[in-house]
Amino acid sequence: MNGPAAMNENTGKTVISELMGKFGSAATPQETRDGVPTVWIEKGRAHEALRYLKTGSESRFRMLYDLTAIDERVRANRAGQPESDFTVVYHLLSYDKNEDVRIKVALKGDSPEARSVTDIWPAANWYEREVWDMFGVRFDGHPNLRRILMPPTWKGHPLRKDHPARATEMGPFRLPDERSEEEQMALKFHPEEWGIKPGVREADYMFLNLGPHHPGTHGLLRIILALDGEEIVDAVPDIGFHHRGAEKMGERQSWHTYIPYTDRIDYLAGVLNNLPYVLAVEKLAGIEVGDRVKVIRVMLSELFRIESHLVWYGTFAQDLGALSPVFYTFYDRERMFEIIEAVCGGRMHPSWFRIGGVAQDLPRGWDGLVKNFLDWLPHRLAEYDRIIMKNKMFKVRTQGVGAYTLDEAMEWGVTGPNLRACGFEWDWRKKRPYSGYEWFDFEVPTAPVGDCYGRAVVRVEEIRQSMRIVRQCMENMPPPAPGREYKSRRPLAAPPLKEKTMLDIETLINHFLGVSWGPVIPPGEAAVGVEAAKGNNSYYLVSDGGTASYRTRIRTPSFPHMQTIPFLSRGLTIPDLIAILGSIDFILADIDR
Amino acid sequence: MGKTVPETIRHLIIVFGVLAVMMSIAAGLIWVERRLLGFWQDRYGPNRVGPFGILQPLADMIKVFAKEDWVPPFADRPVFILAPAIIVVTVLLAFAVVPFAPSISVADLNVGLLYFLALSSLGVYSVALGGWASDNKYALIGALRASAQMISYEVFMGLSLMGVVMLAGSFNLRAIVEAQRRLWFVVPQFFGFVIFLIAGVAETHRLPFDLPEAESELVAGFHSEYSGMKFGLFFVGEYLGITLISALIATFFFGGWLGPLLPPAVWFFIKTFFFIGVFILLRATLPRPRYDQLIRLGWKVMLPLALANLVVTGGIILAAG
Repeated sequence: MNGPAAMNENTGKTVISELMGKFGSAATPQETRDGVPTVWIEKGRAHEALRYLKTGSESRFRMLYDLTAIDERVRANRAGQPESDFTVVYHLLSYDKNEDVRIKVALKGDSPEARSVTDIWPAANWYEREVWDMFGVRFDGHPNLRRILMPPTWKGHPLRKDHPARATEMGPFRLPDERSEEEQMALKFHPEEWGIKPGVREADYMFLNLGPHHPGTHGLLRIILALDGEEIVDAVPDIGFHHRGAEKMGERQSWHTYIPYTDRIDYLAGVLNNLPYVLAVEKLAGIEVGDRVKVIRVMLSELFRIESHLVWYGTFAQDLGALSPVFYTFYDRERMFEIIEAVCGGRMHPSWFRIGGVAQDLPRGWDGLVKNFLDWLPHRLAEYDRIIMKNKMFKVRTQGVGAYTLDEAMEWGVTGPNLRACGFEWDWRKKRPYSGYEWFDFEVPTAPVGDCYGRAVVRVEEIRQSMRIVRQCMENMPPPAPGREYKSRRPLAAPPLKEKTMLDIETLINHFLGVSWGPVIPPGEAAVGVEAAKGNNSYYLVSDGGTASYRTRIRTPSFPHMQTIPFLSRGLTIPDLIAILGSIDFILADIDR
Repeated sequence: MGKTVPETIRHLIIVFGVLAVMMSIAAGLIWVERRLLGFWQDRYGPNRVGPFGILQPLADMIKVFAKEDWVPPFADRPVFILAPAIIVVTVLLAFAVVPFAPSISVADLNVGLLYFLALSSLGVYSVALGGWASDNKYALIGALRASAQMISYEVFMGLSLMGVVMLAGSFNLRAIVEAQRRLWFVVPQFFGFVIFLIAGVAETHRLPFDLPEAESELVAGFHSEYSGMKFGLFFVGEYLGITLISALIATFFFGGWLGPLLPPAVWFFIKTFFFIGVFILLRATLPRPRYDQLIRLGWKVMLPLALANLVVTGGIILAAG
């Protein structure tokens, strides 16, 4: 992915040759812009290859990082790739060697089928349901292949190229009585459909709908609980209420105008969402940004990480019944927004990063604001330590509740603070530095036990480490100088710098096209992941040489985290479930996209 | 019978006076609590209606009375309507035995303390029936939690007061206050005081023991289906409960109306309001324990502590002859 290129190339070659050696003509390598070793495996041997990569290969690809698909039917630039109508893409990650591998499986026909990998990685469950929902790819051997994001009555599969992207392409909406009746019947609750095993007698369990509107779910999330008294026998999350088709939008918006959509994925982390997207586009466009851009991006990203963690801190305490902390942390968050307002002009969704740079240079006096904030926060954090983290009642509610081991976390695709809470120091800012993180001095906090308390400890310490990074950014900001501006001068940077447009016609034309159509990004594929506030967030972009992306895949951290809820909460009680929900720190928009 | 007319009138004035004062305090507490919480949470709280927002309860009352009187079609109608009234009635009846000053109390019962305990037990019915009649799963869970919590905590609430009874030699609240002329009972009965305070918080199901309503878990718990004035009665009942427990803490452990210089009733209200403040501060500070943790604390810590307190007190009194 973005790691040190040399290392990736070497290890990449070994994985590719390993697969070629073992699977011979069934394996076809593919060049990608991001340097992630990418291998096509024939459908019949894909399952075997994936199992081999997880258990047999010396790299041990323990984690299923992402599983998605591409509708290849109208893609023009795919020379050298095997024939395919729908391609299922598996992105695997090895912790042992810090490397990636991307496995592609070509499927043919209008109702393609593939073999499920849920028996290799339990985390594949939701990902395969999503691919079924969005592309209509069936997975043989999947325990419960149902739609996951779209309503059960939806016609068609939205991410197929022949599915309309806008309501205006779909004809007027009508809801006659019989259809209304049908829709309501489709929502009728049958426990078996959700994979809940019935009790011996019908009256054994009480089914409780926690949500879609509930104070403890932090947004539109429904968790179906099968309760025995207050004990949770089974919990099934029902997601998709917040689905806005963000990936489909990527195929319609220009490369530049898609940036604001990214802000709204993890809507608490603002520009931290822009970062993987612009990094991926820059990789496709071959743009290297200057040092000043990198440091500005790091500073704002870390400020947003602090902001996201502050919101989590207050709301987590509130989930456990403490009324006051949420007001304190939101106050601190306002102080942080003073900086963001001054720099970006926006607050939660500044959409401020650009392809090849940032929207504007830093305003005069920005460093004073940052310094005020950095001087303000430490004593507040010390106070929160006393009222929250060291509070006995807080500890009895969180310690030992909702714990997973490191192995379980890896199996389920858990990343970010939730993974580090298992005592595993894995942070892409350190392991695969991007955007200049290698220049900064900070620590990666971990916790000994992956319970609710451990996850809280990691996040609280991350606020402090992020403050260290922001201080280093403030003190060492590279001065603006020619070649070190806030935006690259490469032709594909959007929108292009303007000072010479009125002086010669070529620059004017180029500028006009760059602003009206947006840049034309050369064909290719690239995925870039960053250490976002909630975990690893990456954008996998496929360009077909147009002004918009051919396929935009957003791998969000909250999606696999939410999938762990049934596993974490079985046998516990409702208050524990609320504590777990608070402690894994998800954002519904980040799950549903 | 046998009472003169002026005496009867005096009694009536006290009865209605206590009723009016208690209802106003309960309503006023809505404002006090929100302002205090605002103060402790770095925000304003209601400050728009009248000076310092003091007329906020009035505005709230107009709002709540003007709301539609709604009973969900699936609810058990008579019980649903009756439930919120129970809490207000039982708490108000309990105020009858509270001595506000040497000459101001509605009833001077010899079994005043037992009378209070009895009424506080009846209060459970309000929450349990309200939750049950709502025919809502959240309300049901809330009601079950409330019943278990209040029944458990009642046991040692009574026990915690027996030390006071031993020292005063009476169940009469006036006699208990009189017995504290030399020394407030909080000193010899410190554990009794702590246990009573904790049980009091649990009885009024206030944070940190607000498990029956537990917003982040059960939406609104037992009163999820309530709105309008029926919800308002639960609300007022809660504030009346706080006032009652605070008044009783002052009576049992802090010498009731006793105090220098100021008139007795003033001392009584100063002490009562101090403990109301403590209740609100607790709410602003503490998170909520889990249901099983709360019950475990009750039976495994508080009950043995209350019994030990009783034995030691009894032993000392016996030894002192």
